[in-house]
Amino acid sequence: MKARYLVPLGIFIVLVVFLGIGLTLNPRDVPSVLINKKAPEFSLPDLFDENRVVSSESMKGKVWLLNVWGTWCPECWREHGFLMYLKGEGVPIVGIDWRDESAEAKKMLAQEGNPFLAVGVDPESKAIMDWGVYGAPETFLIDKEGFIRWKYAGGLNAELWRTELKPLMDQLEGS
Amino acid sequence: MRRLWFVFFLLVPLVCQSSIEAYSFEDPEKEARYKVLIDELRCLVCQNQNLAASNAELAKDMRRLTYDMVQRGATNEEVVTYMVDRYGDFVMYRPPFNSSTYLLWIGPFIILGIAILVLAMIIRRKGQEQTPVTSDADLQRVEHLLNPSKDKSA
Repeated sequence: MKARYLVPLGIFIVLVVFLGIGLTLNPRDVPSVLINKKAPEFSLPDLFDENRVVSSESMKGKVWLLNVWGTWCPECWREHGFLMYLKGEGVPIVGIDWRDESAEAKKMLAQEGNPFLAVGVDPESKAIMDWGVYGAPETFLIDKEGFIRWKYAGGLNAELWRTELKPLMDQLEGS
Repeated sequence: MRRLWFVFFLLVPLVCQSSIEAYSFEDPEKEARYKVLIDELRCLVCQNQNLAASNAELAKDMRRLTYDMVQRGATNEEVVTYMVDRYGDFVMYRPPFNSSTYLLWIGPFIILGIAILVLAMIIRRKGQEQTPVTSDADLQRVEHLLNPSKDKSA
């Protein structure tokens, strides 16, 4: 008889556990299908010189980062300082300025510093769609053979660098 | 005056609809396919909307890409495969049946099964409770109470 009164409690606990799991999941965290796949090729006009081309081809044989950003994205401004730190550490970063005003982008880089080896402009989402990007900032780590090894949607920070990115880059650099 | 307002409000949906760009097709078959595709593909920015309903910039670009592909003669499968290769199964509003989604598809039927089982158990138990065992002595008492005249005549 007593067990009967525990039934609602049981249902309640099961419900709480499921809702708990549901609430702590990030719905924006769409699993990328591109990890460990060949990085898509891109060639985009250079932000600073329209006649030049920024392409993934030029980064062959290097372990490098691809960072998708835009001046319209507040998190990109927050992340920018850390990208400058990474530049200081000697990390090669290529930027894709996504759906942005080129003048604004140039102003931001002049003002805050330019952490990128090169910046390609992608006003019509042509390249970023190939990379499965749906928000900014988003960063990819590409190895020497041109495979995507790591991806992060959101602003990079010291914690991520220390725990995930740096160890992985050292490992890829050594291989 | 009231009638005028009525007409005015009827026109409001037209204004709202015009926010999504119109693509022109020469081939009505392609247009139909384009409509089906943007209905079935999810906008990844506002995740509860399909491409047809979303005003997000990315959705706009994805619609344009869908349009271009359909115009170039790509089949529906080709467009969907193109999107899934880049954004994963999540880009489809109707997820495919695979190892990570099987619970989503069969879950409701499992719950229905459990519900039917519980219902059957309750009905069976109730059925058993309703067959009362009455002793002979009780039956006699009932007989006596209902038909006191029978007793006297005997």
